[in-house]
Amino acid sequence: MDIKKETIASLHEKLANKEVTAEELADQAITKINANEKKLNTFITVNDKAPEAAKKIDDEGIKGPLSGIPIAFKDNIVTNGIKTTAASKILYNFMPVYSATVLEKLEAAGAIDIGKTNLDEFAMGSSTETSFFGTTVNPWDFSRVPGGSSGGSAAAVAAGEVVAALGTDTGGSIRQPAAFNGVFGIKPTYGRVSRWGIIAFSSSMDQVGVLSKRVEDSAAVLSVMAGHDEHDSTSSEKEVPDYRANLNKDMHGVKIAVPKEFWHEGTHPEVLKSVNEALDAYKKMGATVEEVSLPTLKHAVEVYYVLASSEASSNLQRYDGVRYGFRADDVKNIKDLFVKSRSEGFGDEVKRRIMLGTFALSAGAYDAYFKKAAQVRTIFINELTKVLNDYDLIMGPSTTTPAFKIGEKVDDPLAMYMNDILTIPANLAGLPAASVPAGLADGMPVGLQIIGKPFAEQEVFNAAYALQEENKFYEKVPTALKGED
Amino acid sequence: MNFETTIGLEVHVELKTNSKMYSPTPVAYGAESNINTNVIDFGFPGTLPTVNKNGYRLGVMVALALNAEIEKHTHFDRKNYFYPDNPKAYQITQQDKPLGHDGYIEIEVDGKKKKIGVEELHVEEDAGKNTHGNNGYSYVDLNRQGTPLIEIVSKPDMHSPEEAYQYLENLRKIVQFTGASDVKMEEGSMRVDTNISISPVGSDTYGTKVELKNLNSFNHVKLGLAYEEKRQAAILKQGGTIGQETRRFDEKTGETFLMRVKSGADDYRYFPEPDLPDYDISPEWIAEIKANLPETASVRRAHYINELGIPEYDAGVLTDTKEMSDFFDEAVEYDANPKLVSNWLMGEVNAYLNDKRIGLLETKLTPEHLAKMINLISNGTISSKIAKKVFQETISNGTEPEEWVKSKGLVQESDPAVLEPIILDILDNNQQSIDDFKNGKDRAVGFLVGQIMKQTHGQANPKVVNKILMTELKSR
Repeated sequence: MDIKKETIASLHEKLANKEVTAEELADQAITKINANEKKLNTFITVNDKAPEAAKKIDDEGIKGPLSGIPIAFKDNIVTNGIKTTAASKILYNFMPVYSATVLEKLEAAGAIDIGKTNLDEFAMGSSTETSFFGTTVNPWDFSRVPGGSSGGSAAAVAAGEVVAALGTDTGGSIRQPAAFNGVFGIKPTYGRVSRWGIIAFSSSMDQVGVLSKRVEDSAAVLSVMAGHDEHDSTSSEKEVPDYRANLNKDMHGVKIAVPKEFWHEGTHPEVLKSVNEALDAYKKMGATVEEVSLPTLKHAVEVYYVLASSEASSNLQRYDGVRYGFRADDVKNIKDLFVKSRSEGFGDEVKRRIMLGTFALSAGAYDAYFKKAAQVRTIFINELTKVLNDYDLIMGPSTTTPAFKIGEKVDDPLAMYMNDILTIPANLAGLPAASVPAGLADGMPVGLQIIGKPFAEQEVFNAAYALQEENKFYEKVPTALKGED
Repeated sequence: MNFETTIGLEVHVELKTNSKMYSPTPVAYGAESNINTNVIDFGFPGTLPTVNKNGYRLGVMVALALNAEIEKHTHFDRKNYFYPDNPKAYQITQQDKPLGHDGYIEIEVDGKKKKIGVEELHVEEDAGKNTHGNNGYSYVDLNRQGTPLIEIVSKPDMHSPEEAYQYLENLRKIVQFTGASDVKMEEGSMRVDTNISISPVGSDTYGTKVELKNLNSFNHVKLGLAYEEKRQAAILKQGGTIGQETRRFDEKTGETFLMRVKSGADDYRYFPEPDLPDYDISPEWIAEIKANLPETASVRRAHYINELGIPEYDAGVLTDTKEMSDFFDEAVEYDANPKLVSNWLMGEVNAYLNDKRIGLLETKLTPEHLAKMINLISNGTISSKIAKKVFQETISNGTEPEEWVKSKGLVQESDPAVLEPIILDILDNNQQSIDDFKNGKDRAVGFLVGQIMKQTHGQANPKVVNKILMTELKSR
């Protein structure tokens, strides 16, 4: 069976008709992952117990839509009894004693945790190159990055290892790799999904989401994992719709805003072309497309990096070598233990952000950096809110370029940070946002970004679904994998 | 040169909750190390805090009892620092918008009343405990990690160690009577940090602040501050300067010793806690808490004096601690005479506590048993001599007095129909004593009473015996 051609619904049908068992699906997934692993490096840990869990589902009988479906989890999602590393040396051996709410909900629905995917260390990065476990490569071109930080999840879906994978998105970490790998990815509204068990990077922006080849599969998974959680006070009590059942590709009367600032200088011409074609398609479907302005967007990257790094500098202080994870040898005293464990345990990018955040929060810098950034964030949120009062959706490219070469930007943090300018707005404002494949640039996939009103995930799914059904991008096979199956 | 002293106090009080401030783990003492912990208390990756509403409620109670304004729209903040007993490497506290502000505590020193300002109060979480073994290892116990605290910061309104002492004494009493905390320094449910500076009289700037630590009783606070006043004055008089430092009080010598010099302010990099939404307190909730505030010590004291007829001094002793006052109230509710209850608590009960060096709640005495025993005396069932036996039994073993008195045959004989034949018989056999009585020798009566008591094994009611005996003697 070629998973690339399957959906959660088609797999469910086969499972229900006993054409295949959940155990066989799990076995196949593991075989495929292992066969790909040397080239792609999409997983940090493959869950050997998945077939066993799947057999239990077979024995109990296939029930709900996710029953027996293998799903991959980004390795910053805590899994009881399965090593969870956040792709960092400092947690290289960390064995959690509890599970994230998203995992518990999906497992309760019968989904099978097939393993833990690669990411940038602590989700800090846009290329998966900062992972302690080595970079993942792009299935469309092995010399290119898969994006990040959810690069492992995106590549695993693109390569047909799983139908759906969970990611997290703090500044674009689902949408950018989704765009780079030619798959769909959604970051829900802040508070839509519980963060309990998500290894924190920036608590006010982190959100769990889904990546899948097809829109309907992410819709099915999100309906199960969203909702209020008493463990997470920032999770919303709003009811969760059945996104997949409600999918509707009718775009008549939908008002689309396109911020002119999204047409960033330096945007790849073929990215522009693909996105414009998508917007034209929406017009043909009956939507209106109008240009708007988000003047504060020019400050979004600075604001994001100050705020996200500040929160990260505090969130990552707990990794001190005292209670779990990596502990340095040959320490003289407690301070030495802290300093050595952290110096040896964190990679350069994580250290850079800890330093940046620590500085931004320090007494002499707080007002000019953290406080100022928080104020500009509020101004920017107001700008976005104003646009969304008049329009249903905001659209633009997900990224300025297609996937770049491995090593191209790794030594140029600023260029790497600027890469996030188009995805950051949705995180600063907590809005739901998705990336849906819109075409090719230099033979590499291009993503159209769709941003919605708070808790309007359904409208985002619907618009993405409409484009998917128009361009049928999911039929394309990643170039570098052609002829392998 | 004369100096003026300025003192500010920061008091941490443990709030009496069932669970921790930001996690559902139970709060309990004396458990094995790291038993009362969960993944939140251990700061495991991916964990999140949730606010203990009851902890916050107790904080509001304390703030209201200290006459503070309650902040209606507030949030929590992170205070960042590394230490092994601080597993997240930050403490969740309230820096920017504390729960309450601008309260006061009234004190009286040398007959003068004075209000000491309370700058602000905020809830936060306690840290764990480090212990250092003699095997070269240090150990971390996180049982205490996350225990709810309220920090009460005074204004620098105190100008003598005695004022600081009175402030603490009144603060303890006020907080204790809300029931929000046990407020016991010896058990660590109340901790005091003091700041003291001195400056020449009339100076419009404060002197350099010195922080005092290791103050384990109010008395140590007073002694430590008094020592500091003298030490600092001596340095200034010699033209020296006071260092900005933290000093430790040594209870053996009564002196303070340098712990560490502060080089500039600590930078805790406070910022709003992103894992907890803004915390809004409704006016209805505040009103509800206010309406249900337990009576303060001074209200109870006035009630004892005015309505129960307890002498002023006694009423003061009874309301010194909440446990004593609660015990008194409960015994009175069991229909015992308030004055008698008061006499027993201040007399026999206190003597017993002092003798055994224990607290009231550590004995087996209950308000119900004390009330029953007092009523047995009042209605003549037992003599006050027997009562002492009953008291020892019930306070040591928790024995129910009525049953015990009956089973031990300690009930007093008050029936004249039973006593009269015995008395007449004794008189008939002691003509000499009757004669002595007639000749004005009063001690003859004592002898006769002794005989009667002997005959009745001490159970005759002395009042009844006296009445029958005197009537009979006069008629012979």
